[in-house]
Amino acid sequence: MSLETMTIFSPQLAARLDALVAKYPVKRSALIPMLLYAQDEIGYLSDTVIAEVAERIGISELDVRNVATYYSMLRFKPAGKYNVQVCTNISCMLRGAYDVYERFQEELGVGHKGVTPDGFFSLEEVECIGACCWAPAIQVNYDFHDELTPGHVPGILAQYRSKADNEGKVPHA
Amino acid sequence: MPRLVSHPDEVKIVTRRFGQGAANIDKYIELGGYESAKKCLAQGPEWIISEMKASNLRGRGGAGFPTGLKWSFVPKQSAKPKYVLVNGDESEPGTCKDHLIFLHDPHAIIEGTMIAGLAIGAKIGFIYLRGEYRYLIEIMEKAVADAYAKGILGKNIFGSDTEFQIITQSGAGAYEVGEESALMESLEGKRGVPRIKPPFPAVVGLYGGPTVINNAETIATVPHVIEMGGAAYAAVGSERNGGTRLFGLSGHVERPGVYELPMGYNLKKMIYEVGGGVRGGRKLKAVVPGGSSTPVLLPEEIENLGMDFDQVGKAGSMLGSGGVVVIDDRTCIVEFALRTISFYQHESCGWCIPCREGTDWLKKSLTRFHAGFGVEKDIDNIQYLAENMMGRTFCPLGDAAAMPTLGFVKKFRKEFEDHLNGKPCPFAKHVELAVV
Amino acid sequence: MADVTFTVDGKKLTAPAGTLLIEACRKVGIEIPAFCYYPGLSLQAACRMCVVRQEKVPKLQTACTTAVAEGQVFITDSPEITQARKATIELLLGNHPLDCPVCDAGGECELQDMTFKYGAGESLYVEAKQHREEQQWSPAVFFDRPRCILCYRCIRMCGEGMDVWALGVHNRGVSSIITPNGGDHLDCEQCGMCIDVCPVGALTSGSYRYKTRPWEMNHVSTVCTHCADGCKVTLGVRQSNDGSEIVRADNRDKSGINGDFLCAKGRFGFDFVENPERLTKPLVRNTAGKLEPATWEHALRFAAGKLREIRDNKGGSSIGVIGSNQTTNEENYLLQKFARTVLVTNNIDHERSADYTAFARAIAGHEAKSASLRETATAPAILLIGGNPTEEHPLLAWNLRTNVRLNHARLYIANAKTIKLERQAKAVQGLPPNGYKDLTALLDRNDTDFSKAVLAEESLLIVFGQEYRGEQIEALVAWGLKRGNVRFAFLSDYSNSRGAADMGLLPDLLPGYVPVTTPGAFATEYPGLPTTPGKTQPEFFTAAAKGELGALLVVGANPVAKLGVDPVALKNTFVVVQDLFLTETAALADVVFPAASLYEKTGTVTNTFGDVQLAKKAADRAGVKPDFEILVRLAGSMGVDVKTLVPFGAGNVTADLGQSRGAQSGEADRHAVWLAANGLEPKLSPFDPLAVLDEIERLVPAYKLDRLNLFGGNDAPVEPGLVSGFVPVSVLTGTQDDLVVPAHDGLFTSGTLGRYSPALKELARHQAPALAEAAAD
Ligand SMILES: Cc1cc2nc3c(=O)[nH]c(=O)nc-3n(C[C@H](O)[C@H](O)[C@H](O)COP(=O)(O)O)c2cc1C
Ligand code: SF4
Ligand code: FES
Repeated sequence: MSLETMTIFSPQLAARLDALVAKYPVKRSALIPMLLYAQDEIGYLSDTVIAEVAERIGISELDVRNVATYYSMLRFKPAGKYNVQVCTNISCMLRGAYDVYERFQEELGVGHKGVTPDGFFSLEEVECIGACCWAPAIQVNYDFHDELTPGHVPGILAQYRSKADNEGKVPHA
Repeated sequence: MPRLVSHPDEVKIVTRRFGQGAANIDKYIELGGYESAKKCLAQGPEWIISEMKASNLRGRGGAGFPTGLKWSFVPKQSAKPKYVLVNGDESEPGTCKDHLIFLHDPHAIIEGTMIAGLAIGAKIGFIYLRGEYRYLIEIMEKAVADAYAKGILGKNIFGSDTEFQIITQSGAGAYEVGEESALMESLEGKRGVPRIKPPFPAVVGLYGGPTVINNAETIATVPHVIEMGGAAYAAVGSERNGGTRLFGLSGHVERPGVYELPMGYNLKKMIYEVGGGVRGGRKLKAVVPGGSSTPVLLPEEIENLGMDFDQVGKAGSMLGSGGVVVIDDRTCIVEFALRTISFYQHESCGWCIPCREGTDWLKKSLTRFHAGFGVEKDIDNIQYLAENMMGRTFCPLGDAAAMPTLGFVKKFRKEFEDHLNGKPCPFAKHVELAVV
Repeated sequence: MADVTFTVDGKKLTAPAGTLLIEACRKVGIEIPAFCYYPGLSLQAACRMCVVRQEKVPKLQTACTTAVAEGQVFITDSPEITQARKATIELLLGNHPLDCPVCDAGGECELQDMTFKYGAGESLYVEAKQHREEQQWSPAVFFDRPRCILCYRCIRMCGEGMDVWALGVHNRGVSSIITPNGGDHLDCEQCGMCIDVCPVGALTSGSYRYKTRPWEMNHVSTVCTHCADGCKVTLGVRQSNDGSEIVRADNRDKSGINGDFLCAKGRFGFDFVENPERLTKPLVRNTAGKLEPATWEHALRFAAGKLREIRDNKGGSSIGVIGSNQTTNEENYLLQKFARTVLVTNNIDHERSADYTAFARAIAGHEAKSASLRETATAPAILLIGGNPTEEHPLLAWNLRTNVRLNHARLYIANAKTIKLERQAKAVQGLPPNGYKDLTALLDRNDTDFSKAVLAEESLLIVFGQEYRGEQIEALVAWGLKRGNVRFAFLSDYSNSRGAADMGLLPDLLPGYVPVTTPGAFATEYPGLPTTPGKTQPEFFTAAAKGELGALLVVGANPVAKLGVDPVALKNTFVVVQDLFLTETAALADVVFPAASLYEKTGTVTNTFGDVQLAKKAADRAGVKPDFEILVRLAGSMGVDVKTLVPFGAGNVTADLGQSRGAQSGEADRHAVWLAANGLEPKLSPFDPLAVLDEIERLVPAYKLDRLNLFGGNDAPVEPGLVSGFVPVSVLTGTQDDLVVPAHDGLFTSGTLGRYSPALKELARHQAPALAEAAAD
């Protein structure tokens, strides 16, 4: 099958996935990074994403789902364009992570795994993100922000709002 | 950007190039990089392993297994290809040291991986980073590409007829994948469920081939061991615990950060001198010495405690991943215990009964207990459950969940009792913990 | 592997090195509890129930993954181990719904049993339980997540055992959940093996759930009536208003030829017995030309009178008899004996789905060349030519897969089509231009990877499909015999296709493939048999169309539908049919007798490998009679001394009537003693098919059965090589290839019978809705 012509991904991503399956001694090793990159582009692992990844690797969709559902960064419903992940694990908790988390809840008006009505932000309480010595820390998509206080929250949100404005992109629903 | 810290007591070996732009390959080489690998290429496997054994370097991933010994277990002859695997899954709460290595010194990881490969006769090394570390994966990938471009990696490393390839890999959010055999499963594109042992990875590992797996810090230390010589490296540390270690000070400490200190460094001193003491001058209540899975220590237990695998072990806890979490007197230990067990409940792979059901049960009991609905019997039950998980699970995650729980209940029973009889939590304002 | 000696609980044990401790212990009766361990499937070590203490090892070890080695010392029973097991069960029961009173598995649940034996009497758990709604995955499979203990047996069985891989696990930790490949439904072979291996009530059977409690059933092991593999199946039977009802079929007695295995047909396809369309009264065509219910006496008298009249007036050669592929050997034997000795005709045939005649002829005189089904699970090298076992011989497919997986057997496949078993094959070969007949030549050329690999094998088990007929079979067998260490198995369709041929439901061959022209034991015992070959099945209908067939007796067959017979052809033929349903054939009959199914009678059947098994009466249906009894009564009504048909009674009694066991005699024996003392017929009645089994053993070559095994519920192989003195093919009436019409029933079809199984029809619809609809049109 000619995946180039049938892919649901952008040409850049399709090319990247092509390279990925060729990278490892065993094709299937590409599965997890493929899912992540596909999620980065599409927003979540839709049925069509699962189907195409299964096809590309040559395993069943069930197999893909068995694996995908295991990993907590992978999701099956759209998140916000900017997914705010607040670590509340011990080191962050001791330094006020819950206050930061509460402030995000107030500012965004959503709770754990909630998405703002405009689809712009989503919020998630997450486990340790490996920034314990710079606690409390969060990640917005893949960006780290550390040594936070609740006071930093509005600024961080504003930063992402203006970033999107500059990129001139419509937030995806 | 994570802040770099420093303290006069630090012995900068592994962190020597931090903050100097060594992610750039030319800078790395300028700072003496890749000389160790060249030396190893010339000296051969036996020499490398004997240097490593002499260094007393013990695995920085948690268990502290002697690295040289581990490498020597790999069979010389093998029908299947051998592999080196770098464990950069760094997910143990309280731990962020590998983060800095990937950020500031990615070539040290490449060089260490090559040396491990030369030692065991592997042609491929994998560097596995947790998925959250996307920006570090990008740094790592660039470093690998630069090394290929310079002929440092590839079919003919340093122009020799020896081949070494490096492949980077990303996880996608799973603490259990840090366990060595689960990591291999994950790298093979599967669920992160550990494997039955024996066979051990050194014999049957990734893709069924003999595999050495080491923590990222362990690997980043290797070029320095070679550079200094095994014996010289060993001399920096304490007995049977060679060299330095990257300790992550976090929690209620005045100057949190990652400090490189000699093995055996006194814990009290680490907190009060290196870390500047308990934040706001408050009283120390407890210390988690080596990441969230290590049993908590009381202030009186750290007086003369040297931070190495053996001494902390003797004190009834573990050096673990070197993440020192400092807890002040305003902290609710029940809430701390709950947050700890919530993590393990969330991260249990679900394979075996004691861990899957035990972490869930403990989390539920502690949630109820902390919310003020506990009864006397709960305290014994919590202890009973944790005791019955210990040593019974398929992999050490079950122990990692049970050990700290036992520590909290045994050492802070009084505080558990204070939560009883409908009293609200005497400390915390976050009565309801969100379920992650 | 060399034996090693080790110590368990102070006892010295010996086992081959590398044996799993759990197996070694079980063999000697030391019980090691386990949920996740399942023999033959990959190791799991997840449930932690099997923990034992090994000397000098710091942690408790799992017996399911510990391979025994010389000098090891284990303790499997100590306070520490008792506590570990108790705690594991306590943990397991935490989130468990404890809905045993309404759970299908209640009473046969491993979790219940283990809790009873090892568990805690009281629960410490006071938290909320994880709850999820029950799901229906297919007509056959329901899933109740809260009861699931995540032993992964179902996943492994489906994947490793069945090679279907339709089950997976989603999420992790306590949220882990077994998930079917269709997301909310199962797309698979619907074998139900997952239900079978589920130790608890998480996977339940659509046809059985909430019907009854296990202890309210009688469990009868018998033989499946569907395909030619002949799995042992355990029927769960309960008393009902009109007899006794089969509520479940499973494989709880894993001692059979099929080991762990049972397919969808065996497990769910028993429900035809309860079909409301089942005939329960004899039917006789009235003067208005309509079939109407009649008494047995009337129907028998009427049929017998007409048959006698036609025989006496037009001669036996004007009567045709068609037998069944699904009746017992005793019935088939009796039917041909009835045809030959009572109706005095060789006009007897059946729907031939494989050319057993040619096979018997080819192998005649060569002993130990025919393979039993069991060998397909152990033979080191198998050459499978033609056929599609996955669809048509599920047990054979299972055996081959298991053999490859566990014993690293080498499977070679030559087939015109692509078949699923190729996934297990070491080498695959398409067909040479001239088809199967050139295959041996291709092999002999020894110039392909396939032929080289096959020829390099020291021994070979050749399993060949119905594609093979006549001379091709002889050529293949001759090729194999020349090679030496080769054994054969030949595939066909129905549960007793082999038995029908073996018992002589053939116009030219007596039981045991003895030509009617060259009399053997049977003809010697019953002198005066017709010696010219009779008509074949198609010839009956040609004769009928010409007005030359006076009567036709059809037992358990539906030739009208199968051969597409024009009903007009039978206008002037008196037709008697014995069947379960008013089939196309029965609808044209003058007299229809309601027959019992294989599940409602006793007798033996022979699978396509020649393994004879005992079918035991499990259920009862008011109004119906076994074909055996119908035939005996029909003969009796024709004025025949039934003792000549069924040698029952004192003269032939060989049983000791219980006396030799004296005081230990059971009820039945004492009753027999009383009967004998009063001069009454003990034990054997004219309706006792076992009286005929005695005769079969005596008169049919190859049927020298190991009775101890047979009656013990095992399979006893026949030895077709015992057939000898076959006449050359050319002497026989032309080539008979065209008489063989394979049915190629798949996973959810079973000839005419399958049409009456709602469960199988529903499964077929679920698996291929479009196909099933097309077929129904
Ligand atoms: C549940 C669990 C999680 C682990 N996570 C990590 C990890 O994130 N990083 C790591 O290096 N080792 C981790 N380990 C330890 C590894 O299994 C392994 O021992 C280590 O990578 C070996 O490297 P070392 O000898 O250099 O320490 C974990 C172990 C367990 C049981
Ligand atoms: S202890 Fe058991 S359930 Fe827990 S992570 Fe290890 S294998 Fe998985
Ligand atoms: S049987 Fe050994 S762990 Fe389940």
